[in-house]
Amino acid sequence: MSDHDYRPKSKVGQWFNDRLPLLTLANHLTDYPTPKNLNYWWTFGGILTFCLITQIVTGLTLAMHYIAHADMAFESVEHIMRDVNYGWLIRYIHANGASMFFLAVYIHIFRSLFYGSYKAPREIIWIIGIIIYLLMMAAAFMGYVLPWGQMSFWGATVITNLFSAIPLVGEGIVTWLWGGYSVDNPTLTRFFTLHYLIPFLILGLVVLHIWALHVPGNNNPVGIDIKKPSKDTVPFHPYIVIKDGFALLMFMIVFAFFVFYAPNILGHADNYIEANPMVTPAHIVPEWYLLPFYAILRSVPDKLLGVVAMLSAILILAVLPWLDTSKIRSAVFRPLYKQFYWILVADVLILGYVGAMPAEGLYLLIARVATAYYFLHFLVILPVLGFKEKTLPVPLSITEPVLGGSPNLAAARNKESKIE
Amino acid sequence: MKNLFKLFSIIILIITSNSNSFAAEKVEYLKTDWSFKGLFGKFDRASLQRGYQVYTEVCASCHSMKYLSYRNLAEPGGPEFSEAQAKAIAASFEVTDGPNSDGEMFTRPGKLSDKFVMPYDNVKAAQAANGGAYPPDMSVLVKARGGGVDYIYSLLQGYEEAPSNVSLDDGVYYNKYMYGNKIRMAAPLSDGLVEYGDGTNATVEQMSKDVTTFLMWSAEPHLESRHQMGFKAIVYLIILTVLVYFSMKRIWSRVESEV
Repeated sequence: MSDHDYRPKSKVGQWFNDRLPLLTLANHLTDYPTPKNLNYWWTFGGILTFCLITQIVTGLTLAMHYIAHADMAFESVEHIMRDVNYGWLIRYIHANGASMFFLAVYIHIFRSLFYGSYKAPREIIWIIGIIIYLLMMAAAFMGYVLPWGQMSFWGATVITNLFSAIPLVGEGIVTWLWGGYSVDNPTLTRFFTLHYLIPFLILGLVVLHIWALHVPGNNNPVGIDIKKPSKDTVPFHPYIVIKDGFALLMFMIVFAFFVFYAPNILGHADNYIEANPMVTPAHIVPEWYLLPFYAILRSVPDKLLGVVAMLSAILILAVLPWLDTSKIRSAVFRPLYKQFYWILVADVLILGYVGAMPAEGLYLLIARVATAYYFLHFLVILPVLGFKEKTLPVPLSITEPVLGGSPNLAAARNKESKIE
Repeated sequence: MKNLFKLFSIIILIITSNSNSFAAEKVEYLKTDWSFKGLFGKFDRASLQRGYQVYTEVCASCHSMKYLSYRNLAEPGGPEFSEAQAKAIAASFEVTDGPNSDGEMFTRPGKLSDKFVMPYDNVKAAQAANGGAYPPDMSVLVKARGGGVDYIYSLLQGYEEAPSNVSLDDGVYYNKYMYGNKIRMAAPLSDGLVEYGDGTNATVEQMSKDVTTFLMWSAEPHLESRHQMGFKAIVYLIILTVLVYFSMKRIWSRVESEV
């Protein structure tokens, strides 16, 4: 933070700011020097903040009408849909908002993977991000249980049962999680409590995430360190604010389409059947955003190892800054990594697809190959690539590729030959 | 800009292809024109009223609709019976109320605020009366089935003689649209089963369409206002997006960079 010398103009402002430097903070946020070559993949941070706030506001409103009781939850959701003023709107925003949140977070994560934003000095931002992502999954899973439909109940049964794979104490842990000997009312009430709590934990972590970001400043598509402030940067306000706002509006159009015209397309029809412990649905599938991990879980024949594989698939991301040995951040200058990156994207999409399919025959085979490749990418390809790959020359500042039209090779080469 | 468009089209493609993949069994359902589909989709009032008649004269003897109240029948966006008509409909049902000051339960004619009277007291009673099968509550039935309205519409017309290689137990019927083809409900509709007040010919096809429309409304009673609000919201967002785009261009023209 380079703006400690900021002083408010008014006397009152100075008096207040000397006691609580909120105005200094506001000044820092508006002046915050941001690389001017950020592309639209960088707008998803702002979009995610919007998603979180939307979920919290709609969630609070829903909680005023929802009843967390096994006998009344389903009915109270119907009450919200029918009798609460605009209850249908609030619930559909909240339900589809979860999907939009994950859509945005996946783009945000894959942007970071492409441009190497997780590398030094941004490891802490990245790790906080992974914790936020884990909490998001927990919140989404527990939120899906609350309407107490068939998929809620059986999804909760399948996922909580995973803990029984832990040797010796597994069964005890499951009973403890359930608050009884099956998923029932105590499970519902504790899930509701935690579902209410987690968004505020996420909010706190988001503050840390942004704080940690503001220490080194944003990475950028070229992936080089820049001087701040300089002619490579623009102040956050108004440049980035308006650009983020524009992207957010585009995102909201997609969001609105789902809410108003296809509000149930992302959910499962079975969740409109009230939970019934005596009837198991034909296929138990999680929400789309958890499918890749569900595929990894099911691709391992052993229950305990399956759970270990699924958890490792997420936790491996936390050590990514040390698995990726390349000194170059942006994939723009890493021709080989760029190809492996797109293979990884395809691999995760394939995992998502087979996660929705029954775990048998060809689907199972594909899931196993895709799971193996997922780990291969992080554990073998990335570490080796850092040593073997011949990277392209990197420009010395942002201004050149920007003036050259795009962060391309020609501009970089030009500069290099001049130096020589 | 180009990237952004690419991005959003990819997103929509992925999501829609992903959600379609949930439909495990692919059956070609019968198609008909639903007035409530599309950007401006609205319910066909007359069809909803006929659909209510089919429900109450045919389905309601076994299927409950516990989340609906008689007042809903007169509310905007639904069958829109007049309040007098809805009151008369409600009054034609006996509702158990109480306890009164003597501590006794009593029956009285239904009021607008009452929920639809259920055909059975509880699930067990419903199962006992239907050979062990529970006739599902119909309030959100359309949303609770993968195929939605097309599935219900087809199922009602899907009864036929079982192929020779399929053996059916007593009280089980063959339906080509039912999951597994075996259904515990006998064909509920036959030509001329109800007599429509508006003179519409009560064919099985017509009744299926009317009652399915009614079920769509019962599952999504606010569908019309959702579509209306959605259109306004999206038009508003598009206009705002265009305005913000030009302001952004203006602001960014001060620096040598592209947005």
